[in-house]
Amino acid sequence: MQIDKTKPLEYSTEQGRLNILGFWIFIGAEVMLFATLFASYFTLVDRTGSGPSGSEIFELTPVLIETLLLLTSSFTIGLGVHAMRLGRTKAMLTFFIITLVLGLAFLGVEIYEFVHYVHVGAGLQTSAFTSILLTTLGTHGLHVTFGLFWGTMIVMQVMKRGLTPATANKSFIFSLYWHFLDVVWIFIFSFIYLKGMM
Amino acid sequence: MEFFERFAIPHPSPAIYASMVAIALTTIAVVVGLTYFKKWGYLWREWLTTVDHKKIGIMYMISALLMLFRGGADALMMRAQTAVPENTLLDAQHYNEIFTTHGVVMIIFMAMAFIIALMNFVIPLQIGARDVAFPRLNALSFWLYFMGAMLLNISFVIGGSPSSGWTSYFPLAGNELSPSVGTNYYMLALQISGLGTLITGINFIVTILKMRAPGMTLMKMPMFTWAGLITNVIIVFAFPVLTVALAMGTMDRLFATNFFTTTDGGMDMLWANLFWVWGHPEVYILILPAFGIYSEIIPTFARRNLYGYTTMVVSMVVISLLSFVVWVHHFFTMGQGALVNSIFSITTMAIAVPTGIKIFNWLFTMWKGKIQFTVPMLYSLGFIPIFTIGGVTGVMLGMASADYQYHNTMFLVAHFHLVIIPGVVFAMIAGLTYWWPKMFGFMLNERIGKWGFWFIAGGTVLAFFPMFISGLDGQARRMYTYSEGTGFGIWNMLSFVGAIGLAIGFALLVYNIYYSTRYASRDIGDDPWNARSLEWATHNPVPEYNFAITPQVNSSEAFWDAKKRGHKLFKAGYKDIHMPNNSGIPFIMSVFFFIFGFAFIFSMWITVIVSLIAILACMTYRSFEKDDGYHITAEELKKAESELRGAK
Amino acid sequence: MKLKWAILGALFTLTAVLTGCEPLTVLDPKGPQAQTQADVIWISIAIMAFIVITVFVMLVYILIKYRGSKQADSYEPPHIEGNKIVESIVVGIPIIIVAVLSIISVQSTYDVEAKPEGYGDKEPLVVYASSSDWKWHFSYPEQDIETVNYLYVPTDRPLEFKLYSYGPITSFWIPQLGGQKYAMSDMITTLHLAADVPGEFMGRNSNFSGEGFAENTFNVTAMPQQEFDDWVKEVKQTAKPLTEEKFDELLEPGHLGQLTFTGTHLGFMPPPKGHHEGHGAGGEDHSEHSSHESESSEHSEHDNNNNEHNHESDEAASHNE
Repeated sequence: MQIDKTKPLEYSTEQGRLNILGFWIFIGAEVMLFATLFASYFTLVDRTGSGPSGSEIFELTPVLIETLLLLTSSFTIGLGVHAMRLGRTKAMLTFFIITLVLGLAFLGVEIYEFVHYVHVGAGLQTSAFTSILLTTLGTHGLHVTFGLFWGTMIVMQVMKRGLTPATANKSFIFSLYWHFLDVVWIFIFSFIYLKGMM
Repeated sequence: MEFFERFAIPHPSPAIYASMVAIALTTIAVVVGLTYFKKWGYLWREWLTTVDHKKIGIMYMISALLMLFRGGADALMMRAQTAVPENTLLDAQHYNEIFTTHGVVMIIFMAMAFIIALMNFVIPLQIGARDVAFPRLNALSFWLYFMGAMLLNISFVIGGSPSSGWTSYFPLAGNELSPSVGTNYYMLALQISGLGTLITGINFIVTILKMRAPGMTLMKMPMFTWAGLITNVIIVFAFPVLTVALAMGTMDRLFATNFFTTTDGGMDMLWANLFWVWGHPEVYILILPAFGIYSEIIPTFARRNLYGYTTMVVSMVVISLLSFVVWVHHFFTMGQGALVNSIFSITTMAIAVPTGIKIFNWLFTMWKGKIQFTVPMLYSLGFIPIFTIGGVTGVMLGMASADYQYHNTMFLVAHFHLVIIPGVVFAMIAGLTYWWPKMFGFMLNERIGKWGFWFIAGGTVLAFFPMFISGLDGQARRMYTYSEGTGFGIWNMLSFVGAIGLAIGFALLVYNIYYSTRYASRDIGDDPWNARSLEWATHNPVPEYNFAITPQVNSSEAFWDAKKRGHKLFKAGYKDIHMPNNSGIPFIMSVFFFIFGFAFIFSMWITVIVSLIAILACMTYRSFEKDDGYHITAEELKKAESELRGAK
Repeated sequence: MKLKWAILGALFTLTAVLTGCEPLTVLDPKGPQAQTQADVIWISIAIMAFIVITVFVMLVYILIKYRGSKQADSYEPPHIEGNKIVESIVVGIPIIIVAVLSIISVQSTYDVEAKPEGYGDKEPLVVYASSSDWKWHFSYPEQDIETVNYLYVPTDRPLEFKLYSYGPITSFWIPQLGGQKYAMSDMITTLHLAADVPGEFMGRNSNFSGEGFAENTFNVTAMPQQEFDDWVKEVKQTAKPLTEEKFDELLEPGHLGQLTFTGTHLGFMPPPKGHHEGHGAGGEDHSEHSSHESESSEHSEHDNNNNEHNHESDEAASHNE
């Protein structure tokens, strides 16, 4: 395997570079996935049937907490990648673990939020609006859940194997994924919650 | 007993019992055969665990041929049922199941598989690469597709087939009007194989962008590779839409959500929109690789370079962009008004311009050429007139006002078969015949191939031209029968005769494969067609490492230049080649996906969760696995190459 | 070459049949909308035939002139990259053709979507055509009568069909009067037609809707206004009134012959309203009828609900427009 020392560790092998480009294209597909969900959301947002509308069920506090948690986690994983570039494995691991903990906390609040919705009569089956709302949020939530699972494995691998081109590559790709989820959340926050509450 | 009742067929008939027996016997025969000939190990080592793009391509091709016969049998039954008025060969429910599975199988599991087969086999060779960018993901793509296809195919004997059309419009496809599990099969099978297709898309974009031989700039890529690149971009952007639509449909059916229902705000039109936002680009996913194949074959047998390389590329890019903004023409009649219909009418007809350019460029490619009528060339030449008719009728359908009369009629059926059959099926057979020696080291028999061509081309014309007439006479599509007084009988009888012609043609194709495997000469050299592009610069069949030395490329016809203009393809000496190890993970993971899908269809939630955990376990295993592959050393290469050359 | 002749032959046969003595349904229009569409179809066939013939002639010429068996062994075809002028022509002519077709398409689309011209200030006859598995219900609010699976219309008066469905998406199509349009459960679509001459025409649902789809047809009879009025009078005298119970029964999946009633279902089961805005109106009721679990008291409750939603949807609809 050829290692190009002039490039950052995650880009140093040919396979590593392919992985990163491949992942960018995957993110392109994910953008389409969420775009479709958003388009469907905007189509169905007023079709509340006999159920409640967004302004009746959205609560600002949990949403703000979720936003804060996820934005912070996006920042910490950025710090983690920075530490990785400097070769400081310990600092990187710390930041990655903080990121995962923040992600877990986000998920906890989101589960609380879902329970709240069901509690106030906005279940998955209530109306077209609640179906698409919970599906869109749920798809994002599932991505975060998968991210936690994936990130844990990467942290374990870095602990076990140290920073190699392979583990650095995986960590970097994971950080892309995590940033992407953050961007999606910003859209959810602006166009679902804020727009819905206004 | 209650547990098993859900697997029963809602509408049993002798045909279904016969296929149950047939499936059981085939399975037993395969298992016994493999055991008797002690081939289990071989199957596992060489095929089930392979990550070689060439073998994966061949597996795709075999699956596609199998699906062609499954879908073809459906088509024959449909044509037989409607051949005469008030026929009772099939009842309405079976006819509905059959045209639904015909559509799904042909588009998703036959045509898609066939184009991916050829892309898999040819593209890495055309760009001088060792393999695709992610060989394991490639294997995963194939196995996901395969499991999806198997899942849909068992629906016929376990639980019932989908019967609401390949478009599966809600609310017809909803729980209330389609209570059997058939539509669940549709949703899950398409979801699983769609995931495989998406992975293929990502894989090939990276491969084509990053792994081209030195010297091959984008505008020096062979046209099939260009077509592959654009196709895969469309795949990446179109398939997520299907993923979402299928997920919503699945949830409507299994979790009682209200996306497409007629209650609580659900919107049946949303399904139609999402389906066609994916569905129309899908058509171009099928046709662009076919265009690429013709762009390889026509220059080869006209003995001239491809005319208008740049316009060919530009026109494909334009087609791919337009393909995303025409979806409404599939339902001009949904009442969205004159303005929306006018806009989509214009975008639809606009596609004719880049497509027309391609037709004329192929014609100009033969200008001053030296045309040889080989089997691949015959299909390419048959493609031009039939596809032109299919294409111009598409423009007619694109005129919204007139479409109110064509929509949902046999006219439409004639149109899309006359673009898809010459556009995709002809290209597949042409490509198969053309690259067959690359795959297996011998050629398919030309004489049988030509007979096959005339049956298939003639059958296509005879089967589908009468539908234009019966469509204009008011025959709606998807009718399982019609009365004598309508006067549709004669046209449907002609179609049935045409369908038999097609069936004979396809049978000849299979016979040709059998015949040539037994009798064809293995001494064909590396360049039996006197071809032009890079894939012919290596041996037939291709060794596992593809090229012993990475080629240097100077044009889109590097091999031709090497033959005629003294271009030197192989400058460097032998170097070690890095190879990936085989892996059982893609196959095992896909089996779990199959179980997951099957359990989901029948709402067996414990099994769903267990299989999901198993899938995650496979991913975990893969993540922790250390696999650096192995190397073929320069010494071994030298030995292998001299043997390959000595054999010729 | 056989293939080319086969195709050309087929093309001629096609033309012969299209123009032949027994005209095809779609090309035998009996109303202004169908006439417009038939004209568009003929124009497009003519233009397309020109393109097809051009391609065929070029193909045959090239194949004959440049076939390998005719040329010397030593002939090496030249390398030709492309030619700006030729390619401009190849791009330009299709663009002109598409532009012409676009104008025709847009113009005629607006025509067939509007009330047909040439009927002075005659108000259109409004007919509510709703489908249920697998039949058509025609409500004449003006005349206050309802028919099942057959349609009587006056000639020389525009017709305005209000389409909706109690079940799957269907498509209302009377080829000799004009093109089709979908009937859906959560909105009303409007189809403008007119019959110029008296006669009997075939009408059907052309959009696949399940098991009974093939037989989902209806007969259309166009007659002078006087006869139509007589028929209405006769119906009023002879037919039974349409009750809610009876209509529920009619909605059951299955096939029915031709039925006639006085009164319409529009009163007790109003059609859905609005564009791109759904609510349960048709569908909700449909689901209950088919499952036979609803009590009549529940009905009125739902109707109230529906009215509320209708109100909302009206607003949304005006918002959309």
